[in-house]
Amino acid sequence: MNDERIREKLSILADAAKYDVSCASSGSKRKNDNKGLGDASNGICHTYTEDGRCVSLLKILLTNHCIFDCAYCVSRKSNDIKRAAFTVQEVVDLTMNFYRRNYIEGLFLSSGIFKDADYTMERLVRIAKKLRTEHKFNGYIHLKSIPGASDELMREAGLYADRLSVNLELPTEAGLKLLAPDKNQKDMIKPMNFIKNEIILRKEEKTLFKKAPLFAPAGQSTQMVIGATPENDQQILYTANHFYNSFNLKRVYYSGYVPVSNDNRLPGLSSAVPMVRENRLYQADWLMRFYGFNVREIVDQQNPHLDLDIDPKLSWAIRNMQYFPVDINKADLQMILRVPGIGLQSAQKLVSARKFGKLNWENLKAMGIAINRARYFITCNSQDFERRELSGTKIKQFILAESQSKYLKQKPNQLSLF
Amino acid sequence: MTILEYDGTFEGLLTVVFEVYEHKLGLVKVCREGITQQVFFDDKRSIASNAAKANRVLKGLTQRLSAGGVQRLYAAHLSEILGEEDNLLGFIRYAFSSSEAVESDYGNKYVNRVSEVIKMVRREKHRMEAFVRFQKMADGIFYASVEPDFNVLPLILPHFKKRYADQRWIIYDLKRAYGIYYDLNEVEFVQLDFASGTQYNKTIISSYSEDEMLYQALWKDYFKHVNIPARKNTKLHLQHIPKRYWKHLTEKF
Repeated sequence: MNDERIREKLSILADAAKYDVSCASSGSKRKNDNKGLGDASNGICHTYTEDGRCVSLLKILLTNHCIFDCAYCVSRKSNDIKRAAFTVQEVVDLTMNFYRRNYIEGLFLSSGIFKDADYTMERLVRIAKKLRTEHKFNGYIHLKSIPGASDELMREAGLYADRLSVNLELPTEAGLKLLAPDKNQKDMIKPMNFIKNEIILRKEEKTLFKKAPLFAPAGQSTQMVIGATPENDQQILYTANHFYNSFNLKRVYYSGYVPVSNDNRLPGLSSAVPMVRENRLYQADWLMRFYGFNVREIVDQQNPHLDLDIDPKLSWAIRNMQYFPVDINKADLQMILRVPGIGLQSAQKLVSARKFGKLNWENLKAMGIAINRARYFITCNSQDFERRELSGTKIKQFILAESQSKYLKQKPNQLSLF
Repeated sequence: MTILEYDGTFEGLLTVVFEVYEHKLGLVKVCREGITQQVFFDDKRSIASNAAKANRVLKGLTQRLSAGGVQRLYAAHLSEILGEEDNLLGFIRYAFSSSEAVESDYGNKYVNRVSEVIKMVRREKHRMEAFVRFQKMADGIFYASVEPDFNVLPLILPHFKKRYADQRWIIYDLKRAYGIYYDLNEVEFVQLDFASGTQYNKTIISSYSEDEMLYQALWKDYFKHVNIPARKNTKLHLQHIPKRYWKHLTEKF
């Protein structure tokens, strides 16, 4: 192997793959029971890039040659960039050697589409198969499904991969038409549906025969680019919600558009990556999946955009002051989860701890609850509580005034209120 | 107040608990040997580890605590934080004094503190599972050195044994001067001479396998190219990998 050439290829093909945000390596249950290499049972972030993102998998494209011309994509046909392609063996060697040194949890393999969908997909599957069967590799494998690939190939992919994903690319069909004229949502929905049904089928098989093979045990996920097209947060979250419900997705990823083109259909090259918005979308996503919120409580016709200054839970709370204050020693878990400043873990801790005696402010503080936000919404075993009838807007002002927000740049909005 | 000195092992700590009950000691302070300060008015006793006594306490704890409860205490003890023994003792006394399962009584200061310490130790364990970087030696052994905040090698051992079942490896704690070595069958605790000398780095690099430098270079390339400069966020980066870990991270040195 030519050292310089392989280093160049890796640089090009890692560069091209980095806009895919998924890096999850958890949720599978592949064990190392053949005395081979690795297991895929728990997610580990092995390092973090200087932009603060987790690096868990070797995330590369097989090639960045592509027959499509999607405006938001750095590998688009019309873009004048260096192209490269790995051989099957090169990807296998990289994966094995990185894994052996504990650099990674596994492989995330995607590809530009060369020739046609099946031709590309067949190569991806071959790599996964080789790792699993010839090298006894039990680490995590995430394969990108190429829209339009045959059912046969998709089925085979599921036998070797832990997770499969099809990218929605953009939140709406209209956005897709505008920026990725070669693609349409139907091509993405078909494989998603196929994977969903296959997973259900294999699960049933598994209950009958213990030895039945695993099929994409970590499920499927998808990704949308945010901020390249003019959709509002309501459209984005409703789409996410629809896909969670209809396709049993494990995750929807939101990828703030990083300017890669001076195409006039897109935000200019100097525009900032919408990182705060992306963060708020993830917070909203968490509220839907773990906190029992319905998407309509988070965004609706009157509030089509998430508030950038404050998180969506606080935002919901100040719009719905009629539910507060709640008594921390009596309220049920569902309601406690809705209190700003109380997270999943502290909510559970609090509910177990109160069985032993009523909790006061000191107890709550020791348990790690953010009293500076929660205090406006709760009472506990103390005479001391917020007695003023504060409006939601007033509370928002108070909280913003004393918070050392990481988004301090957004502060002018709040000062104008005084 | 009575000062109880012990050898720093978990068994030693459980023996201390036994003595506390045996002699009905009220106010005590538990210290590791060698770090007790000179005291003039307090009564000071040395407690020698005793397997039989420790086992009796262990048995009692197993009955009082939920499954995994003893394991959690063990993890908390591995924090080796100065003075933390007093909180562990407080927790154990509370567990023995109550008829209820007290582990989720986070309103109690000992229970809450012990759960905090466990969280810290677990985080360090998880970090080590992530930050260990093996270097392949010419003899085929994969070697990694670490300097964890807490004594977590015993906790990460099962993870690495399961995961790297088909390669020989050593993970060496430079701070505590011992390591774990897997020989394709079992893991044993080892001490290496070279790991303490000034020649340490030279010795390591001169015994690399042929392709080790290439893969380190590839990993550094990868790390650099997966970054998106437009999203630079140094604060978050440092929060995730604090600087004290850098010297053992291939992508950072």
